[in-house]
Amino acid sequence: MNSVIRHTYPAAPKSMWQRIHLDPVLLSGLVLLAGIGLAILYSATDGNVKLVYNQMIRMGIAFGVMTGVAQIHPRSFYRWSPYLYGIGILLLIAVLVFGDVGKGARRWLDLGIVRFQPSEFVKIFTPMLVARFLAQHPLPPQPRTLALAGLFVLLPVLLIAKQPDLGTAILVAAAGSAVVFFSGISWRILGGLIGAVLAALPVLWTQLHDYQRDRILMFLNPEQDPLGRGYHTIQAKIAIGSGGVWGKGWMAGTQAHLEFLPEPHTDFIFAVLAEEYGLLGALSLLILYLAIIARGLLMALQAQDTFSRLLCAGLTLTFFVYVFVNVGMVIGLLPVVGVPLPLISYGGTSMVTLMAGFGIMMSLHTHRKLVPS
Amino acid sequence: MPAFRLKDAALETRLFHNRITATAVLVTLMTLGLVARLIYLQVLGHEHYAMLARDNRVKIIPLPPTRGLIYDRNGRILAENISVYSLEIVPEQVDDLAGTLEKLREVVDISDEEIQRFQRRLKRHRRFESVPLKLRLTEVEVARFAVKRPFFHGVDIRARLVRHYPYGELVSHVVGYVGSINESELKRLDPTEYRGTTHIGKVGVERAYETLLHGHTGYAEIETNAVGRELRVLKESPPRPGGDLHLSIDIDLQDIAYRGLGEHNGAVVAMEPQTGRVLALVSKPGFDPNVFVFGIGRKAYQELRNSPDRPLFDRTLRGRYPPGSTIKPFIGLAGLEYGVIDARKEIFCPGFYRLPGISHRYRDWKKWGHGSVALKSAITQSCDVYFYDLAHNLGIDRLHDFLSHFGFGRRTGIDLGGEKAGLLPSRDWKRKTFHQPWYPGETLITGIGQGFLQVTPLQLVKATAILANRGAVVTPHVAAYRVIDGKSSPLYLEEPETRLRLNPRHLRTIIDAMVNVVHGARGTARRIGLGLDYRIAGKTGTAQVFTVKQDEEYRASKVAKKLRDHALFIAFAPADRPRITVAVIAENAGHGGSAAAPIARRLIEHYLNHQQP
Repeated sequence: MNSVIRHTYPAAPKSMWQRIHLDPVLLSGLVLLAGIGLAILYSATDGNVKLVYNQMIRMGIAFGVMTGVAQIHPRSFYRWSPYLYGIGILLLIAVLVFGDVGKGARRWLDLGIVRFQPSEFVKIFTPMLVARFLAQHPLPPQPRTLALAGLFVLLPVLLIAKQPDLGTAILVAAAGSAVVFFSGISWRILGGLIGAVLAALPVLWTQLHDYQRDRILMFLNPEQDPLGRGYHTIQAKIAIGSGGVWGKGWMAGTQAHLEFLPEPHTDFIFAVLAEEYGLLGALSLLILYLAIIARGLLMALQAQDTFSRLLCAGLTLTFFVYVFVNVGMVIGLLPVVGVPLPLISYGGTSMVTLMAGFGIMMSLHTHRKLVPS
Repeated sequence: MPAFRLKDAALETRLFHNRITATAVLVTLMTLGLVARLIYLQVLGHEHYAMLARDNRVKIIPLPPTRGLIYDRNGRILAENISVYSLEIVPEQVDDLAGTLEKLREVVDISDEEIQRFQRRLKRHRRFESVPLKLRLTEVEVARFAVKRPFFHGVDIRARLVRHYPYGELVSHVVGYVGSINESELKRLDPTEYRGTTHIGKVGVERAYETLLHGHTGYAEIETNAVGRELRVLKESPPRPGGDLHLSIDIDLQDIAYRGLGEHNGAVVAMEPQTGRVLALVSKPGFDPNVFVFGIGRKAYQELRNSPDRPLFDRTLRGRYPPGSTIKPFIGLAGLEYGVIDARKEIFCPGFYRLPGISHRYRDWKKWGHGSVALKSAITQSCDVYFYDLAHNLGIDRLHDFLSHFGFGRRTGIDLGGEKAGLLPSRDWKRKTFHQPWYPGETLITGIGQGFLQVTPLQLVKATAILANRGAVVTPHVAAYRVIDGKSSPLYLEEPETRLRLNPRHLRTIIDAMVNVVHGARGTARRIGLGLDYRIAGKTGTAQVFTVKQDEEYRASKVAKKLRDHALFIAFAPADRPRITVAVIAENAGHGGSAAAPIARRLIEHYLNHQQP
């Protein structure tokens, strides 16, 4: 048992926020983001009040989950992580065997009462387990430790990629890798690993599904099929570019409202924002995201044990990966992968996972042993 | 490597801080990458993408103008627009075009040719424009399709205006017709003006006055969404309808002339001599111009083209006939003007003429001859020998010069396309064409309107009008005035282009002789001169199609109809103050006095009775 996580009585009085285990800075950032998200969603759904109302309910649930998770002591995360991870892996296998098919991929598990995507849980459980595993070993990790940690990451990633769900696989890989990165893996090994991944790309290419390969080819040259597979990318670029610096105004985006932009309220909602609020709106949103990430990193710096700091930093970096992959995809820097824009895109499942992650971060932060400064 | 290593808290913390810093830098750099891309799209590329966004949502649809109507001189409609129902396809909204066409053929009868025409039209239209597939649906077909319509997305029935010619073959050559725009026309047409137009004037007035009749295409800018649904009109500039055209043609005269030709093919032209207004321009047989509007089938077209009667051929403007004896008044006038003859001097006509020193006999149409004839009686009785002699004395050079002043060998300049110049032979012309000298015998037969000389019926009317006008030369035209937005304006000044200086005494001699043709006791057209309170000046003609050999006799009954003589007649009336000039050619109808002159009389009578001067 790691000595750092030993329970000690607080030496200083707790603030109100510490008592309810929430971080006011992070919380206000998230609430602001959620508010902006609803406003954009209203426009992106062409004033569909029902959809916006649905999203509000989901946000309420997500914030509830966050608050709930924040109450759990970090010790419990530490202890449960192997079991949670194991359950997650089993569920992923179950999905591949019994899962429901939706949109050509096997992602859902129907338990009669609830229908859910196990891959969402794995987004949290994987970094949690890797953080625990690495925290148990002296850092920087030895090659053997590293190899095992890599295996822990790779296993769920491969299972998810098999569904196939490239977006989630990338996010799980990013979450696990982020933890490994923060554990202090040497730059040399990191460089070597990146090199190895790049070298493995041609092999990976042959393993991809046709539609995944199409997406990558389309990303490289969307104009080759402007009405077919390149349509998403081109219309998104037109939406963003035509927004200009100042934007066309709320509810005034022609690309979004006249249905030229595909999936305007889910994966491509950033294009709606960029069209209606212009460069200024897009920059403002990016700055808000950066502020949340900065707060996350600061919380990681203030963590008092290895497990906490690795997990906190890892989750923060994963959040950034969400933002980067989604925005990069919408503005045509990355291929089209199904990654939602955190707290803005319509959709509940991934938002709940995300907010659970923030809950864990808040728990880690507010359950610290308070040392008078 | 030690099997067990203690954790070094200080090292771990240092490493972690190091990584956090690296992360902060990485996150910042990557975000800056996103920002750079956003600036590239939204600042540098803004104009380009704004344009693309606009193109996306705004579609410009043409609003074709209504074609102007064509009226005759009494306001009767010769060309109108009637609405018919057509089957149209918006290519953009049809997923499987070939399959849809196949299925449509089960519902509505569509020929292979219509499919081909549709494919050609398809190339000229944008994907969201409605392209006509079948132009004239019967009521049954409309009903049949209406039932099946839910199964044909992107296919619809539209009412559109289609050109209609109520008088059909009666004015087919003058009014002409409109037809589908073809590839070569597409190249020369202004694409913005003709964006919404399917038909264009092909021949006749429809073609000559295309610009006036067509009008100007309007445009509507329409906002559409991604599936092409039209949401609202952003901007609209309405089309300006084509102007109406009033012709000088009188449909009654057309009818009289057309029916008057009876079983014969031929051409009839009537004109106001002072103004050049063409009153009748008949080429028989005509054709039904309405079949061209809907697109005539290849087979039907070949039939029309290859018909021995040549219905598509406009004889009035393009038919070249030997003028026969109708040329004699002009030759006679030439003789007087050049001082070659004295009007009172008689010559003896034995029934043939011989050039000095040559045995060949140039025969008179009257086998036993006319006896002693002076100029007037030579015209009245149409004595060939007199004009052989006169032509011989004039010589081809003077003949050519004089006749060219009357417009022979040149286009009349009528406001219709495709006119032929006829042929007025000369020494130069013969040298150039045949590399042969001019032979004196050729001058003789030119003098009686045979040989190389060829005139169009329109030229004949123009030349006759110069006699009627006592020298004033007018340009014939069929369009009188146009009406645009309720305002009418004349199209022609109707002033003589030139005036020939002719001796009035000589003119009087010739015109008197022509009056005698109709009213004289021995006139060749005396049968039409009865019961008139005014006088008609005229001249009959009989043009040989078939050359009769020396010492052989021409017997109409023996010769195949196609080779029988053409009957000609030129006239103007009233002789002293002419208001109408007529030229009639009845093909293979025999003698001009009996076959052609009665038509002219009916035209003159009708016109003078119904039109106030």
